[in-house]
Amino acid sequence: MSIVRIDYSLYDDIVKYAREHLPEEACGLIAGEDNEAGRFVKKVYFLTNVDHAEDHFTLDPKEQLEAIKDMRANGYKPLGNWHSHPESPSRPSEEDIRLSYDKNASYFILSLMAENPVLNSFHVEDGVVTKEDLRIISEKYYY
Amino acid sequence: MTITVAGEKKEYQDGFTLPELIAAENVEMPEYVTVSINEEFVESDKKESTVLKDGDTVEFLYFMGGGQ
Repeated sequence: MSIVRIDYSLYDDIVKYAREHLPEEACGLIAGEDNEAGRFVKKVYFLTNVDHAEDHFTLDPKEQLEAIKDMRANGYKPLGNWHSHPESPSRPSEEDIRLSYDKNASYFILSLMAENPVLNSFHVEDGVVTKEDLRIISEKYYY
Repeated sequence: MTITVAGEKKEYQDGFTLPELIAAENVEMPEYVTVSINEEFVESDKKESTVLKDGDTVEFLYFMGGGQ
């Protein structure tokens, strides 16, 4: 299992954005580097949840296309997506699993159900979920 | 003719169709992929009949969604 790393500042951006969009689910894409050392998220994209729902999300395809072009322009690889669970744990729901079509993606799920947010990353292939080794990095600490 | 697929220029024969391109590019689970040609999204019921033109830019986007 590869290691997935994200800088604390990007993690914090996700948390802030998701909280700002409560009670709806928030969502977006992640991009960066993918090599023998693992995955390193270098950029987070904040996309419109076109469902505008508290328990569903769908990325806006037009914004998705713009994000893909931006990744390419910056030399980043698409690494996956992220979304928030306002009222449930940081693990894929049955619907999340059913709609996880890309076996190359890391699926970040941020739970806001408790006072402290919880972010996990998952790999989904043929309906089988594997929790990835997600490391939130700061200059001072490993989380 | 030259078609740009996911940012990469490729040569295909004239009259190449979108279904042929999807097969040639080994797009997995194409039923869950949204296709854009020159930044216009192709409607699902037009995927089968779409013929590509020289200079087209094609992107394949996986549907991304879910629910808690």
